[in-house]
Amino acid sequence: MSSLAIDKAGPRRKVKYGSMSRDRVWALRWSYFFLALFAIFSLVPPIYMLITSLKSSAEISAATNPWWVYHPTLENYIALLTSNQFLRFFWNSAWVSIIVVAVTMLISVPAAFALARMKFWGSATLATGVFLTYLIPDSLLFIPLFKMFALFGDWTGIPLINHWYVLLLVYPTLTVPFCTWIMIGYFASIPKELDEAALIDGASWLQTLTRIFIPVALPGLIAATIFAFTVSWAQFLYPLVFTTSTDQLVMPVGIITSLIKGDVFNWGQIMTGALLGAAPPLLIYAFLMDYYIAGLTAGATKG
Amino acid sequence: MADVSLRKVVKRYDDVEAVRGIDLDIADHEFVVLVGPSGCGKSTTLRMIAGLEDITDGDIVIGGDVVNDVPPKDRDIAMVFQNYALYPHMTVAENMSFALRLKHFPKGEIKSRVDEAARMLDISDLIDRKPKQLSGGQRQRVAMGRAIVRHPKVFLFDEPLSNLDAKLRVQMRIEIKKVHQKVRTTTVYVTHDQVEAMTLADRVVVMNKGRIEQIGTPNELYHKPATRFVAGFIGSPAMNFLPCRLEDAGGRLNIRLTDRLSFPLPPQRAARYQNVPRNDKLLLGIRPEHLTETSAHLESGVEPFDAVLDVTEPMGMETLVYFTLEGNQVCGRVSPGAGARDGAPLRLAVDLNNMHLLNEGTGAVL
Amino acid sequence: MVDVVFQSTRVAESRRAGKSLKVALQRKSTIAFLMTLPLILLIALLVLYPAIYAVHLATLNKAMTKFVGLGNFEFLFKRETFWMVVEQSCIFAITAVIFKALIGFIVAHFAHNIPTKKQRKWRGMLLVPWVIPPAMSTLAWLWLFDPSYSAFNYTLGFFGIGPISWLGEVGWARFSVILVNVWYGAPFFMIMYLAALKSVPEQLYEAAAIDGANWWQRIWYVTLPMMRNIIAITTLFSLIVTFANFDITRILTAGGPLDHTHIFATWAFRVGIEGSDIPLGASVSLFMAPILAIAAVFILRDISKRGNEA
Repeated sequence: MSSLAIDKAGPRRKVKYGSMSRDRVWALRWSYFFLALFAIFSLVPPIYMLITSLKSSAEISAATNPWWVYHPTLENYIALLTSNQFLRFFWNSAWVSIIVVAVTMLISVPAAFALARMKFWGSATLATGVFLTYLIPDSLLFIPLFKMFALFGDWTGIPLINHWYVLLLVYPTLTVPFCTWIMIGYFASIPKELDEAALIDGASWLQTLTRIFIPVALPGLIAATIFAFTVSWAQFLYPLVFTTSTDQLVMPVGIITSLIKGDVFNWGQIMTGALLGAAPPLLIYAFLMDYYIAGLTAGATKG
Repeated sequence: MADVSLRKVVKRYDDVEAVRGIDLDIADHEFVVLVGPSGCGKSTTLRMIAGLEDITDGDIVIGGDVVNDVPPKDRDIAMVFQNYALYPHMTVAENMSFALRLKHFPKGEIKSRVDEAARMLDISDLIDRKPKQLSGGQRQRVAMGRAIVRHPKVFLFDEPLSNLDAKLRVQMRIEIKKVHQKVRTTTVYVTHDQVEAMTLADRVVVMNKGRIEQIGTPNELYHKPATRFVAGFIGSPAMNFLPCRLEDAGGRLNIRLTDRLSFPLPPQRAARYQNVPRNDKLLLGIRPEHLTETSAHLESGVEPFDAVLDVTEPMGMETLVYFTLEGNQVCGRVSPGAGARDGAPLRLAVDLNNMHLLNEGTGAVL
Repeated sequence: MVDVVFQSTRVAESRRAGKSLKVALQRKSTIAFLMTLPLILLIALLVLYPAIYAVHLATLNKAMTKFVGLGNFEFLFKRETFWMVVEQSCIFAITAVIFKALIGFIVAHFAHNIPTKKQRKWRGMLLVPWVIPPAMSTLAWLWLFDPSYSAFNYTLGFFGIGPISWLGEVGWARFSVILVNVWYGAPFFMIMYLAALKSVPEQLYEAAAIDGANWWQRIWYVTLPMMRNIIAITTLFSLIVTFANFDITRILTAGGPLDHTHIFATWAFRVGIEGSDIPLGASVSLFMAPILAIAAVFILRDISKRGNEA
């Protein structure tokens, strides 16, 4: 007498094996399809820049198929890379960016260390305050800064307007707050016991910063450096406002104002210039993509 | 001379008093363990000795000097942390030599000290590895090595074994004891595990709610606890506490547990408790090993009684038995062959020569 | 007895040393302060002060010789261009942010679906718009939109669609400006959302699937609530940044045609720098302030909420 008679008469469901994995395969196919679509959308402009840069002016004005180069030529590249003016732009941009990166790190790292580790009166408010000032955009500040620098030049005789070194003053306002924020996040994630061990081992605050925190938070430092460099390199508004003479211009402004002479746009050269101008950030991105992205997301997710 | 003294040390956080006036004298070369439940103030006390926390009131003296305002690095102490706190970007050798390098010790001296400590701790072949390549036990040894090379006046250990699994903990306990035998540095060791306290310490300081309950050698604390807290904290399984009362019956002093259960006290106990008021609410403190199975020949002071077991826990070497007396769970230890079974009755005997009598209200041991 | 005397001298010495050490202890907060001083100075002098100075400037006349109070603002309110700028700024910012968030969210989902090893490659490609300096990439778009040589018009020609005046016609110009901004900004959202998607525990989806939810319900009931914080923060951030945008509009249309694509930043530049009327320019850019302040308040609330949740 079995109490466990299996009900053979009950309705049986037809089980479809493999339907789940088929769904997954289709989901994957659709994903790749749309990703490819968006990738094309993302890459069209830079690829078009490349295509155009390899065209001679003759080919451009001939208005043949814009998506293909029939007679590729490097004349645009040669023209720009031998042009003193263009090299001057590159040089100015490089100088400004490198110095700004150095200045930014010198200001941000100690400040972040103090804010993350050394609790002092007002440190929490200061940290949030730093974050908030990042929300005051350059498009609000450029006018009063313009007037301030003009006045400064009048009062002290040191000309600021129309000199590339004025950018060294204003660029840090764009890079320092966010870099400080990034570093605070990284420093805060270092376990407290490490400070205490260093304290007991006999390290001063400075030694703790330089021999422990900076090495351990190196990825954050790299991310912040990349961020500061890219922001400085790409800046457009401030240099547009503060510098006008050709030899004081940085890349973004230089390309736009000098290659567009009157109504004649030398598009071949313009696209070449734009591509060369975009090269440094793109190269850094290609080799250090993870740090690049870490810098971006650090602010929000570690915040 | 590396003796440590705490005099009326107090630590207050806003309105909360974490440490409420501690007096403690630790002699040179002594291994003292601060033990107690979490929140009792033992870690805070250790950190005050280290200089990682400010002292609200009182004095801490190391080697004869008051060090209240002296920063950690000038106190000549070394500390081993619960989470090891090894510098992740440095090798084992660099971790161990960091403090010495900061003080600009000559390279030869640094190398010899590091090698000596590495040999002592059996980590000589790990010298060039980074912390993330080491296991938990190895990391703990490196942390100890870091402390040893400094030849400090005092070692401070902050629950160093809590992050290790049970087997490793036993091993490391032995290592620590061996190191202490070799190096003989004054040590203050904090733990919540009373087994560690008992096995490692020269003297144990039991703390509770910011105060010291009792200071003594492990034996003293085990056999002569001064308060209910210490009696219940030391020893595993814990001591049983049964409400009881003293009564005079037929010229003898008896102790009455329930309506049906009452035992005559052995002579020395009867003498000791003669003056305890008979109306007082008292607790009988009896350790599980003194509640065993009855035998044919019982010594004086050992009284038999019947109990119905709730649960038995066969441990191999012995069997723990649990039964209920007037709503209180009681634990006893019998030998494996005593025939203890869940739910079955068993005749037990209580050894009143090893009893403790406590005042229920004050918790004091009489 | 001697012991006690001995002890108290030691204690006295230490107490005296203690006093100067108290000073040393104080040094911790002085050191900390000194370390943050450059940061504080930088922000005070080059961010906070100019912001306040802008308010002062806005109250002056064109030659900056006398105080005209709210005269500049009155003047602006009467100008039709001003109201166009307000309208366009709002349309631009809100539309662009919505599309950026939407596209970023959708692409992040697709990127999350594919195996992790392949994700890196795709992520690399999709982030390129964000990496290229906006000034450079906008030039490419300018060329793509060129009235005579537009590559888009060339391609559309094959489908019989007539040449579109991308930057010449008001409606299309507005569309183009938003398109370029979305192209530039969507990758940022995608990266953020992808990171957030990875942090949603897989088990929640499994539980929802067992409970019978389809893909849409899973997004609505599991993904979105878990990502609420990051969606809020990125949206607010982007609103602020897009609202204050300058580069793209300036290069593509310079505000045209006929001032119809001007936003606050570009118009402030036109009026203040090109028109040499600094006070008026300052007044224009100040109109961004209330919006930024409101957004900042929301962000602050969100951050402190997240801090409490953590």
